[in-house]
Amino acid sequence: MRRLWIGLTTLVFALLLVTPLARIAIGAWDDGWSGFWDGLTRPEARHALWMTFLVVVVVTAVNALFGVMMAMYLVRAGWLGKRLKQLLNSIVDLPFAVSPVIGGLMIVLLLGPDTVIGSLLDPLGVKVVYAFPGMVIATLFVTFPLIVREVMPVLQEIGSQQEEAAATLGAYAWTTFWRVTWPSIRWSVIYGVVLTVARAIGEFGAVLVVSGNIMGKTQTATNLVYQDVENFNLTAANAVALVLAASSILLLLFMEWAKSRKERQA
Amino acid sequence: MTHVLQSRWWSWGFRSAVMLYFLVLIVLPIAGVYGQSLSGSWAGLRDTLTEPLAWKAVVLTIKLALIATAINALLGTMAAWTLVRYRFPGRSLLNSLVDLPFALPTAVAGLMILLLLGPRSPVGQWAESLGFTILFHQPAIVVAMVFVTFPFVIRAVQPLLEELDRAEEEASYTLGASRAKTFFRVILPSMVPGIASGSMLAFSRALAEFGAVVLVAGNIPGRTMVASVYIYGEIESGNPAGATIVSVLLLTLSFAILWTVNHVQMRRNAG
Repeated sequence: MRRLWIGLTTLVFALLLVTPLARIAIGAWDDGWSGFWDGLTRPEARHALWMTFLVVVVVTAVNALFGVMMAMYLVRAGWLGKRLKQLLNSIVDLPFAVSPVIGGLMIVLLLGPDTVIGSLLDPLGVKVVYAFPGMVIATLFVTFPLIVREVMPVLQEIGSQQEEAAATLGAYAWTTFWRVTWPSIRWSVIYGVVLTVARAIGEFGAVLVVSGNIMGKTQTATNLVYQDVENFNLTAANAVALVLAASSILLLLFMEWAKSRKERQA
Repeated sequence: MTHVLQSRWWSWGFRSAVMLYFLVLIVLPIAGVYGQSLSGSWAGLRDTLTEPLAWKAVVLTIKLALIATAINALLGTMAAWTLVRYRFPGRSLLNSLVDLPFALPTAVAGLMILLLLGPRSPVGQWAESLGFTILFHQPAIVVAMVFVTFPFVIRAVQPLLEELDRAEEEASYTLGASRAKTFFRVILPSMVPGIASGSMLAFSRALAEFGAVVLVAGNIPGRTMVASVYIYGEIESGNPAGATIVSVLLLTLSFAILWTVNHVQMRRNAG
C-alpha cells in the first residue's frame, strides 16, 4: 500500500506540476539561445517586464502598509463594534471570490471614461482606465486580502497583554508597535508580502481588462505572454514565461524559508 | 497634553485612511457592479438572461468546475495522505511543490498546458490517434482548472490528518476492524471537513479562473467559452451591461460558497 500511494502521488506531481515547468524551460530554447534572448530583449518585452516591476513595487508597498494596519484594527480596535468587525472581516475575503476579469470590469465601470468619476478626472489630464493607475488599482484589489489574512491570526495568538503593558509603562503607540508588536508579526508580514509579490507578478485577467493591453504602453509581462500566444509567437512567449516562472519559483523557495522562520518563531 | 492631542489626531487620521481605503478599494467596486446590474433597463436584463450563449457559458463553467473539483478532491486527498503519513526521500520537495500553482502566473500555466497538450505534442498525438482532441476542447479547460486549484484540497486536509489521534486508529485495529473498515469509519470522517472546504474553495476558484483557461479553451461561443471569457468578450465588444449581469450571477455564486466555507469553519472552531 505504502509503495502504491507514494508512487501514485509522485506520478501525479510529476505529470501535473513538473512536466509543464520542464516544457516551458525547453520551449524557450526552441530557437537556441538567440531565440530566447531575442524574445526577452524585444522592446515590447523589456517594457512589459518593466511595467510588471513597477506595478509590483507600488502595489506591494501600498498593500503592506494598509494590510498590516487593517489587520491591527480588525483584531485590536476597540472603536469598532464587534458586529462591524465581523462584517468587515468577511468582506476582506471577497476579492478571493471575485474572478479577476470581474475585478477589472468593476474598475472600468467605476472609473472608466464614461463614468462620473472618469469624466471628472479627464479634464485634469488624469487617466485611470487604460493607464498605469488603473492597473495598480486592479492589482491592489486582487492582492488586498493576502497580507491581512497572514497577519491577523498571529495578532490574535500573541494577545494584547504585552502591548497594554508597554502602553501602561508610558510608551507611545509608535514605540509600542515597533518594539513590541512588530518583532512578533515580522515573519508573517514578510510571508504575506511574498505572497502579494507573487500574485501581483502573476495577475492577468484584471490587468488585461483595465489596461486595454496596449503594447509598449500598458502591457505587463503576463499580458505579453497572452498576446504572443494569440499571435502564434510561441518561442517569444516561452522566453517571457520562463522568466516569470523562474521568478515565481524563487519566490516559492523564499516562501518556504519564511514559513520555516515563522514557525520557528511561533 | 500636546503629545496626547497629537497622537489622537494621528490615530484618527490613520483610522479614517485605512477605512476609506478599504471602502473605496473593496466595497465600492463590488457594490458598483451590483448597482449597475440593477440600474440597467429590465429589457436589457431580460435580453442577457435569455441570451443562450450567456447561459451556455455559465452552465459550461459550472459543469467543468464540478469535474475539476471532483478530480482534485480525489487527487488532493491522496496527496495529502501520502505527504502526511509516509516519510520518503523527496517528500519535502513535493510538499513545497504543492504551492506552485498559487505562485505561478496563470497565463504561464495556460501556456504550459497549451504546449503539453497541443496537437504536435506526444500527448496530443496520442489523443488524436484515439480519435479526439484535447486542446481547444473541454478536456483542456478541465486540465487548466485542475492545475490552478490543485493546492486547495491538499492544504485543507493536511492539518486535519496531522491532528488525527493515532490512538483512535489503533483502537479500531485492536477491536478487530480491517484496514478498509478503519479507513472508512475512523480516518475518512475526520478528513471530510477538510475535503469539503478545500473542494468548495477549489470550485469557486475554478469558476473564476480566466488566465489559464483563455489560452487553452479555444473560446468557441456556446461550446468551449467559459463564463469569465464570455465576460471578457462582452467588455471588449463594448457591451458592459451584458458583462455585468453575468458577473453578478457568478459573483453571487462565489460569495455564497465563500460564506458557507467561513461559516462551517467558524462553527468547527467554536465547537
